[in-house]
Amino acid sequence: MAGVSDAELKGMSQEERVKALGMTTEQLTGKSMYIEFDPDATERFTYPWAPDVDFNKRTEIDTDEMTSTEVNDEIRAKMNEGYGSIVLKNPRGKHSLGVGILNKLNLIIEGSTGYFGVGLIDGPNVRVNGRVGWSCGENMMSGTVVIEKNAGSTFGAAIRGGDLVCKGSVGSRTGIDMKGGTIIVGGDTGALSGFMMQRGRMVVCGNAGKNLGDSMYDGTIYIGGEIQSLGVDAIEAELTDLDKAWLTRKLTQYGMVPEGGVGHFKKIVAGKMLWNYDNLEPNEKKLIL
Amino acid sequence: MAGTQYRGSEIKDVNQFMEDAAGLESEREKEIGQHIGYRYDVNLVPDYDRLTPYLKEYMEVMGWDDLNWLEDIHMGYEDGKPAVFDRNINGWVRVPDSVALPDNQQDRDMIAREMLLKFQMSDRHPLVTLRKAYMKF
Repeated sequence: MAGVSDAELKGMSQEERVKALGMTTEQLTGKSMYIEFDPDATERFTYPWAPDVDFNKRTEIDTDEMTSTEVNDEIRAKMNEGYGSIVLKNPRGKHSLGVGILNKLNLIIEGSTGYFGVGLIDGPNVRVNGRVGWSCGENMMSGTVVIEKNAGSTFGAAIRGGDLVCKGSVGSRTGIDMKGGTIIVGGDTGALSGFMMQRGRMVVCGNAGKNLGDSMYDGTIYIGGEIQSLGVDAIEAELTDLDKAWLTRKLTQYGMVPEGGVGHFKKIVAGKMLWNYDNLEPNEKKLIL
Repeated sequence: MAGTQYRGSEIKDVNQFMEDAAGLESEREKEIGQHIGYRYDVNLVPDYDRLTPYLKEYMEVMGWDDLNWLEDIHMGYEDGKPAVFDRNINGWVRVPDSVALPDNQQDRDMIAREMLLKFQMSDRHPLVTLRKAYMKF
C-alpha cells in the first residue's frame, strides 16, 4: 500500500485501486481486526482529508439556475477554498441538497428543500429557513440540523448521531430505524414514528400518531402531547429527574422548552419482549435431538 | 434515562464484563450460551462535569453546545477487554492495557470518546484506506 502513490491511484479503475491497496485480502469482520487505540495519537478534530475551513469566512451560492449536483459540487469547492459558512439562496425545493458533507461547516439554506436534504452528513451545522421534504437528515452521523417550518415523512430515518430538529410538525415514520442521535419535533409527528428504533432519543413536543415506537429495540421517545396508540412492544416508563434534566437542557439549546416545562412529557421505551430472535435455534435443536 | 432494563444480565459493577467475559447470568443466556443485551447502558447520559479538555475543545471547534454524536459513545467490553465500538468500521477497537481505567462508567465513557475521536481523525483509521479505494469525488 505504501508503494502506491495518490497519482497512480487516480489513474486506476476502482477495481484496480481496491486490489492495489490490498483490500481484497483484508478481513473486515469486527473481532478479527483486533485494532488497538494509540494512546499517543495526535489531537485532531476533523477527518484527515477534510479541508480546513473557517466559520468566519462566509459566502453565498445562488442555486436558482443550478442542478442539485452542481450545488453540492459548489459547496465542496467553497469548502476547499476555506469557506466555513455557506448560504444557499433560492433552493426552490431541490432534492438532495447538502448531502454527504463530512466536515465542520455552517450551512444556511434560505428557503425550502425537497427529498433527502442534508442526508449522510457528518459534522456540519445546518439551518433551513423553510420546509423540507421526505427523509431529511437520513443516515446523519453527526452535526446539527434545524428546520424552521414543517418536514415530510421519514424525518431522520436511520440517523446514527447528531441533533435533527424540526420546529414545526413532521410526517409519518419519523426516526424509523434510528440507531443513535436525537430527533426533536416542535409540533406533531405522524404514524409509526420510532418504528424499529434501536438507540437514541426522540422528543416530540406535540402529539404522536398511531403505533408509536412499534417494534422498537431500545432508545427513548418523549411525547409532550397525546399518543394516538402505542405500537407493538412499546411501553410507557417513569419520567425520572434525569430525564427531565436532559429534556430541559436539550430543548433549551434550540429554544423549544414548553411554557409549562417538561414535567408533562410521557416517556416511551421498548418492552423488550421482542428480544427473541435467538429463541428458535436452541429449541429447535432440542426438538431434533 | 431508561437505565439498565435488560432482559438478560443486569449490569451491577463497572468491572463486571472484564472479570466475567462470558457474562452469562439468566437461564435464557445459559441456555443459548451468549449474553443478551448491551454490555453498557446505552441510555446513560454524559456527566458534563467530567469532560476532558480535548473534548471541550472539540465541541468549540465544531460549534456544538454539547457532545453531539459522542453522547452515544460508551466504553464497552470485548472478550473481557475494554473496547469502544467504532461505527465507521463496524467493529470494536481495544483500549491498550497501558491506559489506566477510572473506577466509574462516566469517566470511562469520556476516555472512550476521546480515544475514538483521535482514532477516527487519524491517518491510521481504516476509513482512510477505504476512501482512497472507493471515493467517487
